[in-house]
Order: sequence, then structure tokens, then C-alpha cells
Amino acid sequence: MSARDEIFASVRRSLGVNGHEMPRREAVRERIAKAPRGIVPERGQLSGEALLTLFEEQALSTLATIDRVKGRDKVPDAIADYLRRSNLPARLRMGADERLAAMPWDKTALEISHGKSDGSDLIAVNHAFAGVAETGTLIITSGPDNPSTLNFLPDYAIVVVDAKDVRGAYEDVWQRLRERDGKGHMPRTVNWITGPSRSGDIEQKLLLGAHGPRSVHIVLVE
Amino acid sequence: MTAHPTSPYFKDNAHEALQDEQLQKALSNVRQGFIDKRAAVAAKLPEFEALRDSARDIKNHTLANLDLYLEAWENKVTDSGGHVHWARTAEEARQAIVDICRKAGAKTVTKGKSMISEEINLNAAIEAAGMTPVETDLGEYIIQLRNEAPSHIIAPAVHLNATQVESDFRRVHTHLDPNRDLSEPVQLLTEARQVLREKFLAADVGITGANFLIAETGTSVIVTNEGNGDLTQILPKIHIVVASLEKLVPTLDDVSQILRVLARSATGQEMSVYTTFSTGPRRPGDVDGPEEYHVVVLDNGRSAMLGTSFQDMLRCIRCGACMNHCPVYHAVGGHAYGWVYPGPMGAVLSPSLIGVDKAGHLPNASTFCGRCESVCPVRIPLPKMMRHWREQEFERHLTPATVRSGLGLWAFFAKRPALYQFASNLGMKAMAWFGRDKGKFKSLPFAGGWTDYRDFPAPQGGTFQEQWKARKGGRA
Amino acid sequence: MADTTPTPPPRVALFATCLVDLMRPSIGMATAKLLEDAGCIVEVPSQTCCGQPAFNSGDRDTARALAEQMIAAFEGYDYIVAPSGSCAGQVRKHYPELFKHDPNLARRADAVAEKTYELTSFLVDVLGVREVDAVCAGTATYHDSCSGLRELGVKKQPRTLLASVDGLTLTEMNENEVCCGFGGTFAVKYGEISDSIVTKKAENIEDAKPQMLLAGDLGCLMNMAGKLSRRGSRIEVRHVAEVLAGMTDLPPIGVPEKETGR
Repeated sequence: MSARDEIFASVRRSLGVNGHEMPRREAVRERIAKAPRGIVPERGQLSGEALLTLFEEQALSTLATIDRVKGRDKVPDAIADYLRRSNLPARLRMGADERLAAMPWDKTALEISHGKSDGSDLIAVNHAFAGVAETGTLIITSGPDNPSTLNFLPDYAIVVVDAKDVRGAYEDVWQRLRERDGKGHMPRTVNWITGPSRSGDIEQKLLLGAHGPRSVHIVLVE
Repeated sequence: MTAHPTSPYFKDNAHEALQDEQLQKALSNVRQGFIDKRAAVAAKLPEFEALRDSARDIKNHTLANLDLYLEAWENKVTDSGGHVHWARTAEEARQAIVDICRKAGAKTVTKGKSMISEEINLNAAIEAAGMTPVETDLGEYIIQLRNEAPSHIIAPAVHLNATQVESDFRRVHTHLDPNRDLSEPVQLLTEARQVLREKFLAADVGITGANFLIAETGTSVIVTNEGNGDLTQILPKIHIVVASLEKLVPTLDDVSQILRVLARSATGQEMSVYTTFSTGPRRPGDVDGPEEYHVVVLDNGRSAMLGTSFQDMLRCIRCGACMNHCPVYHAVGGHAYGWVYPGPMGAVLSPSLIGVDKAGHLPNASTFCGRCESVCPVRIPLPKMMRHWREQEFERHLTPATVRSGLGLWAFFAKRPALYQFASNLGMKAMAWFGRDKGKFKSLPFAGGWTDYRDFPAPQGGTFQEQWKARKGGRA
Repeated sequence: MADTTPTPPPRVALFATCLVDLMRPSIGMATAKLLEDAGCIVEVPSQTCCGQPAFNSGDRDTARALAEQMIAAFEGYDYIVAPSGSCAGQVRKHYPELFKHDPNLARRADAVAEKTYELTSFLVDVLGVREVDAVCAGTATYHDSCSGLRELGVKKQPRTLLASVDGLTLTEMNENEVCCGFGGTFAVKYGEISDSIVTKKAENIEDAKPQMLLAGDLGCLMNMAGKLSRRGSRIEVRHVAEVLAGMTDLPPIGVPEKETGR
């Protein structure tokens, strides 16, 4: 008997089942097919300005920083300004995201390069698939548009998120992703990012920038 | 290292731990830090208690149908281009992982924090195969340098202070300028970040654990704060996930329920910094991510826990809240428990995995104060399950003879009320007489465990039942 | 006109617990006084132990035998009240579990469990008592014993009643919900660990600078009193029932008659 078969046999023996019970199979099939929502906190059910305000407050509480801008064409200026304020070089790495590509970067003095990161980039920008207000979480899906390495290797991560993509709760974002990629299908990586990298492993002291970015800056586009 | 449990020597381990001043100081961080943070963040979410119920119910439903969810999950992993390897034992899991690494011609293997890899003693196997395993979680990295096991499931180096870490870095990082100041934790972090960044970029294989496996999509989930798990899994060509089979959850919605209680219970954060959902290898067009994705699923005694009084333990999501709130853990720390899993969850799980003959002390070394159960995000009745182990020990005559005979003598009297009342009345009068001068005893035969450390208050004399009878008699 | 049909006073069986029966009968007397003052008819059925030490040592047969004995002795009363959260918790929470596979006894165990209470929660939650007639000048701190707190929800009840004691001020200590390290046989089997836990507890008690330490369980009280005494502390240790019943003229736990200082 293979290890696989033996493990399944052992699980079934312990549970007192044989795996062919129709009610069990039906219950499992239905649970996966319907993916019922559980409890969604009240604070995850806001809309409009209240939703964006909560997203902003929660993001700040995770020690991320945030700028709100009106319109996509304001993003490059806002980022250039953020880099100036933070005494950072005017140099950015980004993927092939069309929304980012359509922004007027040439009106700033920012030097832009494209592609994944090999670890030598100080600053990168990705476009989020969504934001989640209940915890100020950014959700970024992998692919050539927004390479995962840009979320983790640079010291400074900048993430652009559209206000219309901010949802109250995680479940709302799963729903949108199912609509985009098909039920049961996922991108290679879905990153939930809630603030900058940190560690408390030395004497329980909170230190930022353990392995990932020391800083996460959000540009929320209305 | 965790190959040979020292759990049978729990009392000796505890004695050493209690004498270790540095350790005692470090443990006071646990006592102060985690508890207040968890309480504050739980209070901020009105739905927290209901979410704990929800998390419990999801895990119960999954365990009751584990065979079917494993099948569904396996199909999805395969569909997305990943490979599933089934391991009945620690040895099979080690073998599967070493084989994948060998086939890839790996030299350096980076690792995210994984308790399962501790359980199967994976690093030793990787080293024995001529490859270099590098722990990348800061705490795990530190204890790897010290050749120690983690002392806490989410804060592996919680038993150490910064000075100890500094001396380990100076010993191992031979490139370090002796004049460089490393006296602050942030300087230690910077040093570790530099050293490990090179390892991340050089690694051929990255191994992570999994907090969850999702049947709906064939996805594995890791939850970290440092980002080390992500660098471990997106940079090398091969990503290996090692996970035990009870990590299954049905859907993305279900995992979202449980994530709402995980970080809150663990570190007191509303959400950990990085929650990463990985499904299969790199896709066409992707510019980064691993080219191969493997999941090694470990049983190692868990399937045998299903259907028994220990099934509920398989709900555990490894948040560490039980040990953070445990007075015994606060007193002796994690290493005293003598195997991979410390604290209340370890006191229940370890006997299942290494045998109650070896780990029998652990479920006994509890006051049953119930604080662990009161904070468990999936409401595992930990004291009740420790009691189940005590019952098994009693039935198998593993309970120490002195305890057994003491209990037997006491039970003989307690089952005979008239004899009990007669004897106890005389006994208490005698004891009160002996204790009348001081009101207490500095030492008592057969109770050195008590009087070595504290006085034993003398009884008032006579029994309540006798006094009550006298009062009623007086009234009549 | 108000309804004047008199409700018959409840018949309450006092379960003193083996520790109180043996070590400190005055707690039993104080309990009886509080129940009688609240209008109950108090009786004391012949009793030994609820069986918790056997239950927690894994000896189910003895635990069942003692539970059965206790059920038979106590089931005929309206209520069963104990000056202990631990022993009341054993009856309320664990008796049903002990007999769940024995339908006849399960029914009886459930019935007994349902009407068993810890003293202060019985007075406050069932009888609606809000104040007692007692005087006790001084400051006290209160330790929440684990079983009462976490199995029975005893937290506010003793404080509500203590607030009505004339002259008494309650000062909360840090970590008042943390175990004192008693744990029954744990205190002897793992004496060194128990000592570490009770030492931290003693430090918290001393830091609150009270004249008195109060709690609702004699096991915990003996543990803390023994540690405080070994540390040379002068803090008086008493059961909450004794203070509520105005019986503070007795020597505190672990103090001989001749030294009664109050």
C-alpha cells in the first residue's frame, strides 16, 4: 500500500467512514462550491467615505504611511513628492501593470526601470488588486504586471490602490478574484500586506524592516 | 535540536530553568507582552468571540470530512501544476524533501519558520545529505546558530536576551568588525538582514511550512511578520511546503474567518504583516516565483487521533496563546517541556506524537487553571484533554506509585463517610494540637513538595460537620 | 394590593468541601450564617469529598464513586451551595461529563449540577443579595480563584458583596486572575514550579499593600497564606465568607489563637 493510500485508510478508519457516503460527499462538494461567508465584522461592512477613512486609519495603525490623491494622473507627482520628503533617491522599479504604465511619469524627474527585483532596488511600486478596510490590508496578485519580488526585496515599498478597489472585508476581495480568475483558480501568489516588515524576536522589541521593506507607503487614488 | 525528547526529565529541566536568572528575566517578557496586546485587540473587535466559535466549527467540520477535503485539495494542487508527496512518518517526510533537494542539485536550502520541520528534525537530514539549511526567521536563525530548539512556537528565541544574540553573531559571523557596535537589538537585526539577504539570493530550494491548506483552490498559506517566508519561497527555483494533514480548511472564506482570530490570539495584531497564498509554480508570463511547487503532507500519528478524545487537538492553529497565558510556561519556559511543542498545546499533543510514556509529565504539570482554554481561538478544551492523558496513565499504571497509593488511601476513607468523619475529626484535632503554637507547620512528612517552599497552615481543630452537629444539638 | 403569598424559603444543602470541613470549619459556619441571613433553611448532609482530586488524577472510577455518593446525599434539596468555586465547578461542570454514558445517573447528575452554586454567586445571582451586615475596618485585595472565575464566572459577585462591608476598602492587585499555583496535588507533585508561581502571586499581593488577602477557595488561600507566611509577610489571609459574615475576630489562616492581632 502506498503512503498515500495508507494515510487515507487510516483517516477513514479513525473517522469510521469509507469515503463513499453520499451525504458527506455532497456536504463537502457544496461547501467548496458555495464557499459560504461566515461572520463579517460590522466594521468590514462600511461603504463610501467611511470605508476609505477606516482603510486609512487601519493602514496607519500598522505603521504604513498613506497619501490620498484625486485621479491617476496625480500619482507620479505624489510619489515624487513622497520620495523627496523621505530624502530618498528619485528612482523606482515597477512591473508591467497597465494602470501604472498609463500614468504621466515623464512629467516627473523619476527614473523608472521595469521588471522583477534582483535585490538591488531601493524603491519599488506595485499596483494593488484591492485594499481591505477592516485591517488596512493591501492585496497584490502576482504576475508580470506586479512581480512578487517587488513586494519584498526593496527597502521601500510603494503600493498604489484605487479607491474603487477598496472593500470592507477579505471575503469581498475573494469574490472579486473569483470573478476575475474563475471559481477555484488563483494566481500563483496572492499577497496580503498589512504594514511594513517587522520582528519582535529579540527581547520582544518591535523592529521594522526585518527582511522585507522597512516602509510601506500607500497611494490611494480616488 | 529535537531528535531526542528530554520530556521524561521534565522535573530536572524545570529545576534548571527555575535556577536560570537570565531565562527567568526573558520569560517575564512573555508574561507582560503578549497578554495585554491580545486582550486589547480582542476588545476592539466585537465579533471576536463569535469568530472563535466560527473558527472552531470550521475546523470541526473539516476534520470530520478530512479524507474528502484532502482529496479535493490534492486534485487542485495537481491541476495547478504542483506535486503532492504523502508521508506517513517523519522519516518519509525527510526522505521526500531530501530527494527533491538532491534532484535539484541544491547546495543552500533556505527555510521559513515551520514547526513541522522541527517535529521531523529536518535540518539534520538536510545537513546529512551534504546541503546547508539556513533558517531565515530571525528567531529561528538565532537558535540555529546556537544549535537549540525553539522555546516557543511563534517566538522561537524568546528565552534569549540581546547580549546572548550578540555573542552568537560575533562567534559565527567572522566577517564582523570587533569594533562594530551591536549592543542594540536594531543593530543585531541589521546584521542578520545583511547576512540572510545573501542566503536568500543564493538559495536553490526554499522550504516553508503552511498555516493552512485550502481545498477550494489547492493553495498553501503562510503567515509571517518578517517577510522571510516570502523571500524563501519566491526566490529559489523550488518551493517545498511541509505541512501536517490537519492544516486543511475548505475555502478561502473559511480561512478568512480563522485568520481573523489567528494573529489577534498570537501576537495581538489585527492581522500579521504578510499573509501569503501560494498556488502551484510560476505561471506562463511570470517573471518571478518558483518553477516547482511541492507539498509534503505529514501524518506522523495524527490520523490516529481522529475519532478519539484527542481529535479536538487537531483544531490547533499554532497561535501560541495557550503558552502565552500559562503560569507553568511562564515559570519554566519552553525548553523544559523537552520536545518540539511546549506549553498547554504541547502537553496535549506531545504524548500523542512521542508517547505518553515519554511525555507523561507534561499533562500532569498543569494547575488546570483553565486560562489556556479561555484564550484558545479554536476553543480546544486543553485541561480536559490533559485530564484524558492522566486517565490513560492511571489506567496503564504509569501514575507514580506514591500518588496511586496516597490516592487509594484517601479514597478508602472518602467512600466511607462515617469512618471518614470519625477519623478526620480525631486527625484534625491532633494536627491542630501540634500546630497550636505557631498556627502553621514549617515541615510535614510526605508533603515536602509543599513545605520545602511554603508553610502549611494548621487546622482550626475538629471538623465542620462535628461543629455543625454540636450547634444543632445545642439549639434543640 | 401586593401579592402576599409567602414563598417558602429555599432548602439549601451546604457542601462545606473537604478542605473546609477538615482545615477551617469557621468558613462553613460563615457560609451557613450568610445563607440563613438571606432567608434559606440550611442543612448539612453527611459528606466527604466531591471527588475532584481523583478526577484530576485520572482515577475515574473513584471520581464516579464519590460523585455518586455525593449526588445521593444532596439531590433532595432545592440548592447545593459550597464556599468554593473549585468544588462547585466540579459538580456543575464535570459531574455531567462523568456520567454522560449512564442515562439514569446522567439525569441525576445533570439535576444536581444545575442547582449547585458557589456561595457568592448563589447569594448575588440567585437570591439577589446586594449587601451583607458586616463590619471590617481595613484594606483587602481579592484573588480570583481559577475554577470559580473561568468555570462559573465568579468575578463581580464577591466584589459586590464586599463593597457593602462597613469600613472595608478593596484594592485590586496586578494579575488578580492569574493562578496562584495551587492546582490541588500539583502543589506537592511539582512543588518547585508551584513555588515559582505562588512567589509571583505573593509579590503581586504585597505590591497592592493590603492588610488582608481574600479569596473564595481554601486551597488557594492555604497556598498563598503559606507562601506569605514563609516570606515573613504580615498580611492576613481569610476566606471571603468569613469577612462577609463578620467573623474576622477569628485568627486568620495560619495564625495561632494567641497572636490574634485585630
